[in-house]
Amino acid sequence: MSESILKHSVKTAMVMIAFTIVGTLSLAIIHQTTEAPISKAEAAVRMGLFAQILVPELYDNDLLQDEIKFPAGGDLGNRDETSIYRARLKDKPSAVILEATAPDGYSGDIKLLVAIKADGEIAGVRVLTHKETPGLGDYIDISHSEWIKQFDGQSLVKRNDEAWFVKKDGGQFDFTTGATITPRAVVKAVHKVLKFYSKNQKVIFETAAGQVIAQ
Amino acid sequence: MSEAALDTVEETKPSASKISYPEIIGNGLWKQNPGLVQLLGLCPTLAMTVSLVNGFSLGLMTALVMAASNASVAPIRQWVPTEIRIPVFILIIAALVTIIDLSMHAYLQSLHAVLGIFIPLIVTNCIVLARVEAFAAKNPVAPSALDGFMMGFGLALVLAVLGGIREILGKGTLFSGIDLVFGPSAKAMVLNIIPDYHGFLLAILPPGAFIGLACLIAYRNWVEQRKSARLANANPALVH
Repeated sequence: MSESILKHSVKTAMVMIAFTIVGTLSLAIIHQTTEAPISKAEAAVRMGLFAQILVPELYDNDLLQDEIKFPAGGDLGNRDETSIYRARLKDKPSAVILEATAPDGYSGDIKLLVAIKADGEIAGVRVLTHKETPGLGDYIDISHSEWIKQFDGQSLVKRNDEAWFVKKDGGQFDFTTGATITPRAVVKAVHKVLKFYSKNQKVIFETAAGQVIAQ
Repeated sequence: MSEAALDTVEETKPSASKISYPEIIGNGLWKQNPGLVQLLGLCPTLAMTVSLVNGFSLGLMTALVMAASNASVAPIRQWVPTEIRIPVFILIIAALVTIIDLSMHAYLQSLHAVLGIFIPLIVTNCIVLARVEAFAAKNPVAPSALDGFMMGFGLALVLAVLGGIREILGKGTLFSGIDLVFGPSAKAMVLNIIPDYHGFLLAILPPGAFIGLACLIAYRNWVEQRKSARLANANPALVH
């Protein structure tokens, strides 16, 4: 009896193994064939986003290659290691694109992409991901309104520290009544990014590509 | 033991083989519609139906997975011992979903970004395993594939209608996001049903999905009741 149970389970296990091998094999093949197209598609999405906030005339290097890492928990509000892309024109620093996080949105983190020209002026800001209330707080997203464009051209010089608030809090940034927490978080985060940039400009451009920035 | 497994297959065969193709189609689209009658796989039904395009795309992906999983289980149904059939079925479904997920990520990047986590979740959508277990494990390849696709397509239609209703009520548009499927040129196809609409938040938030689905189920029941009432009127002898 016990032998037949053993024999039977070995037989059944063989069937299971056969299916597992066929399954893993087909997955490995598919993974290999789609790997290159996937990374190409992701790069295209990235570059498409970059093109929205930084005009291509400002750089002639490959942004995705000229990338440095920023450790988690620093001035950018990020919970994980994030990326900073350097834009150069004829080998001279022309702009930088940073990923930043506004940790105090109405519902969770708001991830931002901020492009700053070498002179400290914002070239553009876009919201990468957010979980704000649809129809209320989601106007920070370019697909819903142009709100985010009011950051274009702003800098620490043009607007002093007191101006970097929404109008309700005495600052100079517009907001929509009924949803103040969301724009407040975004304004604060962008301000923080600008301050970080002005403080670390030199280090940002001098760190070797692929390295973690030293603070 | 394996004889016993074969026996159950033999046993169910006569009754199962009677089902005709039109019947399979009718079952999937109306009589046993997964979204309205079987109420299986409600997770995507409720979460992804904020717009017509989202709902229908996810439904169509599910239909693809179901057709493929039914078609792959049917030819091997005799060789899978009964006691390990569920792990084997899950393995097949998981592999197929991963293949579709990776291919979409590679060639339909923008739609993949929208449907996101819900594509891998098709693995755990109980309607997929339910059809494999209830139909493909007992029937030949062709009817199984058709059953899987029709059940999935029935679900896709429900998701499309529910998504459409929520989109019109919530945002006043129809077909928004269609450019994610057909490229930026399709943006012109987005209809502004209600111009200058400020949105109706309830329809877009999860409760809107529950209420919308309830209305659809009620509508289906109403149609069925009218049909049987008409039958009863025409044929009073049948009523006991």
